[in-house]
Amino acid sequence: MITGAPLILYLALGLFMFTTGVVGVIIRRNPIVVFMCIELMLNSVNLTFLAFARYGLWYQGTTDHGDISIMNGPMMIIFVMAVAAAEVAVGLGIIMTIFRLRQDIDVDDMNLLKG
Amino acid sequence: MPSITITPDLIVFVPLALVAALSAIGVVALKNAVRSALCLVLNFFTLSALYFNLRAEIIGITQVVVYTGAIMVLFLFVIMLLNLGAPQLLAEKKDLKIGAGLAGGVILFGVIAGTIFPPLVSVNVIHAPTKYGEPATLGHTLFTQFVWPFEVASILLLVGIVGSILLAKRKI
Repeated sequence: MITGAPLILYLALGLFMFTTGVVGVIIRRNPIVVFMCIELMLNSVNLTFLAFARYGLWYQGTTDHGDISIMNGPMMIIFVMAVAAAEVAVGLGIIMTIFRLRQDIDVDDMNLLKG
Repeated sequence: MPSITITPDLIVFVPLALVAALSAIGVVALKNAVRSALCLVLNFFTLSALYFNLRAEIIGITQVVVYTGAIMVLFLFVIMLLNLGAPQLLAEKKDLKIGAGLAGGVILFGVIAGTIFPPLVSVNVIHAPTKYGEPATLGHTLFTQFVWPFEVASILLLVGIVGSILLAKRKI
């Protein structure tokens, strides 16, 4: 029986980073920093996935190539990374286009779609 | 509250977690976007070290390559390209939003912590087999059980490439 650091510490760190990201999305006006806060949230969720996978609360026994259920967390991290890469490419393209149109990227001034 | 046993994992975890938390605050609190981006790079590196601490080596390496190597370079490139050097261009207004955001964050933290943490306080035994973070296990799972999500992710990345080129071109 291997004991590591308590699981709750990893969860607390992930929750703290997630909350910081939420606060940053709310209070910052620079869309690039808002994007970075979204990345922060995605990464905190990745940390939580991996912590739950390692501590394996519902893990039943082992098979040769690993019990598949223990791999759900790491698989989610791979797909979150892929989605984050696509999201950043498209999002920064949108920011560049807006900056080319307006010479200003303050998110509070972008109200073109307001009815 | 159970007593905390000092393990090597814990000794490695605590300084890394402190650095990660401080750099996360730095991303939000620093005014200059370049400094925020560098704080985020530091955060990603410490997260990679935490993944190593969780014995998921291949995921830690992927973290460095994908996030620090690709995504953050793209961020810094866009920041330099937009040349948002003048601080007055995006001076943060001292308005109600900051207080409301901080209060909302504290409430969010309290609600999630109060819901999730109590049943998990005493969990510190590791059940996963040591090979769960190995490339062989990861690749085997990725190409057997998760092969359809893998294909969907490839289509998503293709659409992302096409979309970003479409957005970046002035005339199509």
